[in-house]
Amino acid sequence: MIRVAVRGLLGRKLRAILTALAIVLGVALVSGTLVLTDSIDRAFDRIFTDIRSGSSAVISGKAAFDLTEGSGATEPALEQSLLQQVRALPDVEEAEGSVDGEAQIIGKDGKAIVNGGAPNLGFSIANGDSRFNPLVLVQGDWPGNGDVVVDKATADDQGLQLGQKVGVQALGPVEYLRLSGIVDFKSVSIGGATLAGFDLPTAQSIFDKEGKLDEIAVAAKPGVSDQQLAAEIRKTLPPNTQVQTAAQQAKTDASDTDEFISFLRTFFLAFGGIALFVGAFVIANSLSITIAQRTRELATLRTIGASRRQVLGSLIVESLIVGVVASVVGLFLGLGLARLLFWLFDLAGFTLPNTGLLLTTRTIVIALLVGIIVTLFASLRPAIRATRVPPIAAVREGAELPESRWARFRTPGAILVTAIGFVAIVYGLFGSGLGTAEILISMGAGAVLVFIGVALFASKLVPMLATFLGWPSAKVGGVSGELARSNAKRNPQRTASTAAALMIGLALVTLVAVLGQGIRSTFTAAVDDLFVSDYAITAQNNFSPIPVSAAEAAEKANGVESVASVRTGEALVYGNPTFVTAVTPNTADAVALEWKDGSQAVFSELGANGAFVDDGFADDHNLQVGSPIAIETPAGKKLDLTVKGIFEPPSGGSPFGQVTFSSETFDANFPDPQNLYSFVTMSGGVTPANTEALDAALADFPNAKAQTRDEFKDNQIGPLNNILNILYVLLALSIIVSLFGIVNTLVLTVFERTRELGMLRAIGMTRRQVRRMIRYESVITALIGATLGIILGVVLAGLLVARIDFIDFSVPVGQLVVFAIAAILVGIIAAIFPARRAARLNPLEALQYE
Amino acid sequence: MTAMETETKQVQSITDAVVSAINLERTYGEGDTAVHALRGVSLDVQRAKLTGVMGPSGSGKSTLMHLLAGLDRPTAGEVVIDGTSIGELGDTDLTKLRREHIGFIFQFFNLLPMLTAQENIVLPLELAGGKVDKEWVETVIERVGLADRRTHRPSELSGGQQQRVAIARALISRPTVVFADEPTGNLDSTTGSEILDLLRESVESFGQTIVMVTHDPNSCAFSDRTLFLADGSIVRELGKSTAHQVSETMEAVSKA
Repeated sequence: MIRVAVRGLLGRKLRAILTALAIVLGVALVSGTLVLTDSIDRAFDRIFTDIRSGSSAVISGKAAFDLTEGSGATEPALEQSLLQQVRALPDVEEAEGSVDGEAQIIGKDGKAIVNGGAPNLGFSIANGDSRFNPLVLVQGDWPGNGDVVVDKATADDQGLQLGQKVGVQALGPVEYLRLSGIVDFKSVSIGGATLAGFDLPTAQSIFDKEGKLDEIAVAAKPGVSDQQLAAEIRKTLPPNTQVQTAAQQAKTDASDTDEFISFLRTFFLAFGGIALFVGAFVIANSLSITIAQRTRELATLRTIGASRRQVLGSLIVESLIVGVVASVVGLFLGLGLARLLFWLFDLAGFTLPNTGLLLTTRTIVIALLVGIIVTLFASLRPAIRATRVPPIAAVREGAELPESRWARFRTPGAILVTAIGFVAIVYGLFGSGLGTAEILISMGAGAVLVFIGVALFASKLVPMLATFLGWPSAKVGGVSGELARSNAKRNPQRTASTAAALMIGLALVTLVAVLGQGIRSTFTAAVDDLFVSDYAITAQNNFSPIPVSAAEAAEKANGVESVASVRTGEALVYGNPTFVTAVTPNTADAVALEWKDGSQAVFSELGANGAFVDDGFADDHNLQVGSPIAIETPAGKKLDLTVKGIFEPPSGGSPFGQVTFSSETFDANFPDPQNLYSFVTMSGGVTPANTEALDAALADFPNAKAQTRDEFKDNQIGPLNNILNILYVLLALSIIVSLFGIVNTLVLTVFERTRELGMLRAIGMTRRQVRRMIRYESVITALIGATLGIILGVVLAGLLVARIDFIDFSVPVGQLVVFAIAAILVGIIAAIFPARRAARLNPLEALQYE
Repeated sequence: MTAMETETKQVQSITDAVVSAINLERTYGEGDTAVHALRGVSLDVQRAKLTGVMGPSGSGKSTLMHLLAGLDRPTAGEVVIDGTSIGELGDTDLTKLRREHIGFIFQFFNLLPMLTAQENIVLPLELAGGKVDKEWVETVIERVGLADRRTHRPSELSGGQQQRVAIARALISRPTVVFADEPTGNLDSTTGSEILDLLRESVESFGQTIVMVTHDPNSCAFSDRTLFLADGSIVRELGKSTAHQVSETMEAVSKA
């Protein structure tokens, strides 16, 4: 029986390949994701281990709570005097202090070199030859006072020469330092990150940390273990400091990138899952058609003694082989995909560290298992159906598969499955007290059920949809169009399943588009409401904090009336790390809030211990004007504030954190104060002269840019558009899978209708008309999928919008029309190959075809 | 046939018949549109004989064969194969019955296109999972004259050769009875005769019991016995006869 299965597949290579393709892409995305993230993970691990390779233990400042990466908050610094104490400890062989921070190198074009989201690392190198230094000198010398060394990639890229002045910006304005050397990590590439190394005093001055250190690296005397050393140091440490062994420290260093990598992994795997889900539909459909066409063969097997179990077994073996082959191909295609992704990230300016592709056993096992299991699972229903082929079908022409016992429950079942799916989605969205994982699982499972339910039910809608959507084809295409329309209706189940695969992709694309549009419109409205000044100053990448000195510089520009700044940081409020902001007293000039309690005057009345909160936060914690609110800074300092105002944030989001107090209080209590944005009001408003004056004032801060309100909106929305584009590209993969599904169905249909096509040719249908007939059928199928998908996508988006406050329900009609046109293109492309095959049939042979 | 004769036959059938049908009825559809394909047919198939079933199209001969072979279930009546009444058998038992007792030869050969001639021939043995008697396989292949064609695929064989493969496949499990459904219906007359010779020979040399459904009088010249069906009933029976005799009987039956 296995032989029957294997030979059966070999005898139907084309079908087998088309079926396998449906699963290959999904597996490739899964394996590609795993390979990519494993490779990045290893590269980062190497970097972090390399950095600590000379140390036994590391002393650093300890925040009162875990800080969130990217919030702009930093750990408190150490006193430089600690270094002497540590050096004096008996088991310490050597110890060295360093400071570090974000330091941007200014490129040829006068702008800061920022490669996507990669960090711009600045740090001190106290002694280039010390064991603690993970870098090697490629050229020149280690930095002396007023010198800088940069990484080789940046130096090459910018054509930097030893001895020249290089602009570096950290907290203050750009400083021009002499390039004393070019460095690199010993063994790994660092991706898009830039390196700027200074001697300790220079670094302390740049990072505004005179007399302070961020870290002390310690080496143990021979025979002393890292743990021993750490324990010894720990006893002597002042508060707000910590010591970790080098290995622990490397792990801590890596924790943020680990989070990023794990997010990246989950994100891509989700799309691999979607592609596999669509692939499962395609496989189930192809197999159903194949089985319908093999009825006689299967019945013959039954008459010569094959049991139902053997029939089932042979079909399972067939799909097992398809699954294995597709998974193996997908696995290796994944390697290529990982390479492609590295390249794409690079192209997007987000170069990832790369130490070569890493294919782990885990990747192999997961890719193969996922591919095989999905294939088998998808094959199960058609295979079980095949066991119901009655032996008598061997002798009876056109015997049909008997209806399943459950057939009459199909429609109610489909409705029930859809309903359960919607209930799960609604529960996920509106259920109370659910964790993030529960919400996602509930919604994901709900969406899967909705798709399956609608796909099952779709066969009922096909005749109507085909009549309607096929109307233009019948009008334009003459007899070919007319036939195409009836062909699409001929086997509603088949058309429905084929269209369903496309429906899934389009539903998700539509969902993304509607949500994107909703976010865009609320955000734009929010900016229009809030933003009452003329210019905004942000970092070049629109979200990084910028030095306070940039705002100070802007104040000096001609025509500036006021510069209001928003600082950003993190604090412990009610036991939770919370995003907090601080404002300058003149913020009322720049930001118009809608106050529930209080007025614009609150901005200037905050003083040393005033705060304002949004109404949601106030409700959550029962706060009124006058209520006390205690916050704890990363340095562990407790601040007792009083609520002076409560505002209602617009639905597009608040420009402030949950708790906002004065910049005066912030600067006194938080390390490294930085602005998230500054708003500038100028006499005469936005004018070319004002813009020029502002730009000139900011010339020393290449990482800061001044924008008008419209530019600010566009810039803030920019990342959203990038994210939407990434989502579209990833969803396009599942649409490609469904395209294969249409190809597959059409090829099998052409095969099945060989005789009929021969007859049509014999009575005078031209090749061109045959091609057109197939093409129109394909387009009608695609449009059915698009119609169902777009409707479903809008409905799902509606549910999400109903739950999420900051998104409006806004249907991007233009975009949906584009999607429908894309679906027509998918239909046309899918039809190319099957139509050609159909047109090539020789009428005479086709008629004799048995 | 009188009621008395039917009675006698029934008694006989219990004693020595290989396949017996007792008062078989088969109705398709219901009410006004009901079609009575068989209206109470009783018969015995004797061991090691070639029994022909003749009749014009629509006479019910195919229905009769489907019922005898367990491919379809009668509306009323009973089929007994080698002492087992098959009416009550479930799918698993029917499968077992087919493996042990029934061989099929089809009008359109029904070979698996992806398997070679020999693989097609031994497939029933593999499906049954028993030990393959290599000597017997050789004997059968030799006998049907496919020794030099065994590695060919069906598409590489002529119609006659394909039917030989099908015959070998039917004989390979030494079934109690082989049902041949219009075995020459898709062949030219010369090739048809060769196939009929082969069937005749397997009765003679292997003692194979065969039931052949046909509408070709020439075919029935090879039978030991021919049953004539018209309008769902057996109307005449002939012993060993010439094609001419069969034709005449056929004509008489059709006029009646």
